[in-house]
Amino acid sequence: MAEPMSLLEKKLQAGHFVVCSELGPPIGANVEFVKKKARKLVGYVDGVNVTDNQTAIVRMSSIVAAHFAREEGLEMIIQATTRDRNRIGLQSDILGASSLGLNNVLCLTGDHQSFGMDPGSKNVFDLDSVQLIRAVHDMVHEGVLLNGKTMKVPPRMFIGAAANPFGDPFALQMLKVEKKLEAGAQFIQTQAIYNLEKFEYWMEEVRKRGIHERAYIMAGILPAKSVKALRMMKTDVAGMDVPDELIERMEKCEDPEEEGVRVAIEIIERVRNIEGVRGIHLMPVGWEKITPEIIERAGLYPRPEVE
Amino acid sequence: MIVGQQKKAEEIIEMLGTEWDSLLIVGCGTCVTVSLAGGEREVAALANLLKLYYGKKGKKITIATDTIIRQCDFEFIDDIAEKVEGHDLVLSLACGVGVQHMVERHPEKIILPGLNTSFYGATTAVGEWAERCIGCGECILDRFGGVCPVARCSKSLLNGPCGGSQDGKCEVDDGIDCGWELIYNRLNDLGLLEKLLVYEDPKDWQTYRDGGPRKLTNKEYYDG
Repeated sequence: MAEPMSLLEKKLQAGHFVVCSELGPPIGANVEFVKKKARKLVGYVDGVNVTDNQTAIVRMSSIVAAHFAREEGLEMIIQATTRDRNRIGLQSDILGASSLGLNNVLCLTGDHQSFGMDPGSKNVFDLDSVQLIRAVHDMVHEGVLLNGKTMKVPPRMFIGAAANPFGDPFALQMLKVEKKLEAGAQFIQTQAIYNLEKFEYWMEEVRKRGIHERAYIMAGILPAKSVKALRMMKTDVAGMDVPDELIERMEKCEDPEEEGVRVAIEIIERVRNIEGVRGIHLMPVGWEKITPEIIERAGLYPRPEVE
Repeated sequence: MIVGQQKKAEEIIEMLGTEWDSLLIVGCGTCVTVSLAGGEREVAALANLLKLYYGKKGKKITIATDTIIRQCDFEFIDDIAEKVEGHDLVLSLACGVGVQHMVERHPEKIILPGLNTSFYGATTAVGEWAERCIGCGECILDRFGGVCPVARCSKSLLNGPCGGSQDGKCEVDDGIDCGWELIYNRLNDLGLLEKLLVYEDPKDWQTYRDGGPRKLTNKEYYDG
C-alpha cells in the first residue's frame, strides 16, 4: 500500500468506514464564521469538504476557508472546479494548498456559471475534471507539471473525484468514472442519494468493473429539512434523482426536520451495508448544524483515531 | 456560415445619433443574408423603418441602401466606394468581419454595426440556426463521431459528460441538447464506443483566440 498522503487516506487504508461532511464558505470575509462552523464538527468527521464557489456563486476561496477550518483541528478536503481557473491557476492552487497542509482534493468540473448570480461571466473550462485529476496525479506522483517542468518538492494530495449514479446516459457516466480512475482518482464522492434502488444498481455495476477495488467510494447523503428543499432539488439541481414517494413522505410527516434526519439515517444504514461503499459524504446544504446529530444517531460516533 | 441577428431599432437609432443628414445602409449578400439578418430584404425593411421614424420626428434626412456580395472582400466593397464616400454615416448589416473590413477600406468614414454577430452555425429549421463550431483552429471531429464537444458541450468537456445532463438535455437549458449524449449516441450507432475510452489531453488553445488574433497565409497565392 502506498504511503498515505493525508490522514483521510490513512483511515481508509486502515479499513475504517469514513465520515466526511461539507462546509460552505461565507459570502464575505468572515473568518470567525468559518472557524465557528468548523469547531462544531471537530471529532464528528474524518474529513470536511470546502466547496469551491458552489452553484457558481462567489464565496470565500475553498483553500483559504479550508486553511482556517484546519486550524480548528479538522482534516480538510479542498474542492477545485475547472469552471473558474485555467491550468495555470489550478496547478498553482494545488501547490499552495499542499503547502498549507491541505492534502485532500476533490476535482470537479463545476456547475455552469448560468446557475449562479454571475451568468454573464466568462467560463474557463480549460481543463475538464479528468484532465485536472491527471494533472494533480502527475504533480503528486511524478513531480511534473502539465507543461513538463519538474519540481524538486512536489505537492502531496489524496485525489478525489465526483460521480453521479443518477446521471444520463448511464453507460457514458460509468465510462467517465473509469476515465477518472485511470487518470488517478483515489476516492469518489457521489451525488446525493435518495433513490436507493438506482444507487444499489450503480454499485452493482461498480463492483462488476472492480471500481470499488481501485477507489474508495463515499456515498453522498443530503439531509433535507423540508419538502420544499426536496422539491427544489428535484427540479432545480442538476443531476438529482428525488423519488416522489420521498416527497410524499415528507409532505405527510408532522415534523419535517426530524423526518429529514430519519430519512438521512435510513439511507446511511442502507448504504453502509452495500459492498464497496467505504464511507459517507454528508452534504447538509444550509443545515450544517445537524451533522453531529445525524452522525451520533447513525451510530458513527466517535470517529476512529489512527496513528 | 456566420449567423447574425439585427440589433433592435432603438439601439440602432441611439447609435446613429443626431449629427448626420445622409445615411447609407449596406447589406451583405452571403452569410447574414441566409440568416435573414443583413441581406437585401432586411436592408430595405430597416431603411423604411428609419425613414418613418425620422419623418415623424421631422428630421430631414436621406437614407440610401445597397447590398454587396460580401463585405469581407475589398473587391466588392470597392464597387460602392463612391456611395460610401457620398454619405455622412454608413450602417453595415454585415457581420463584425464585414464592418471592420469596410472601416479598413474607408478609414475616414464612421461605419456602424447594425447586427450582432452571433455564431458559426447551420440552418436547423426555417428561421432557426444553431451553433456547430467555435473556430478553435484544430478540428477534432474525427475523434467524436462528427459531433464537436468544444462547440456543443456548454463546458467544452473532452473526456465525457458532466453530471448535470438529464434526459439528453444540458444543465444550462432544456432547449440545449447534451453534446455528449449526441456524441455517445452517434458512436454507439457506429459501433465505435471504444473511441470514448481514450484519454483526451488538455487542448492546445493557441490555435484559438488564446494565441492572439489569428492570421492565415497561403504561400502559394499570397501577394501581400
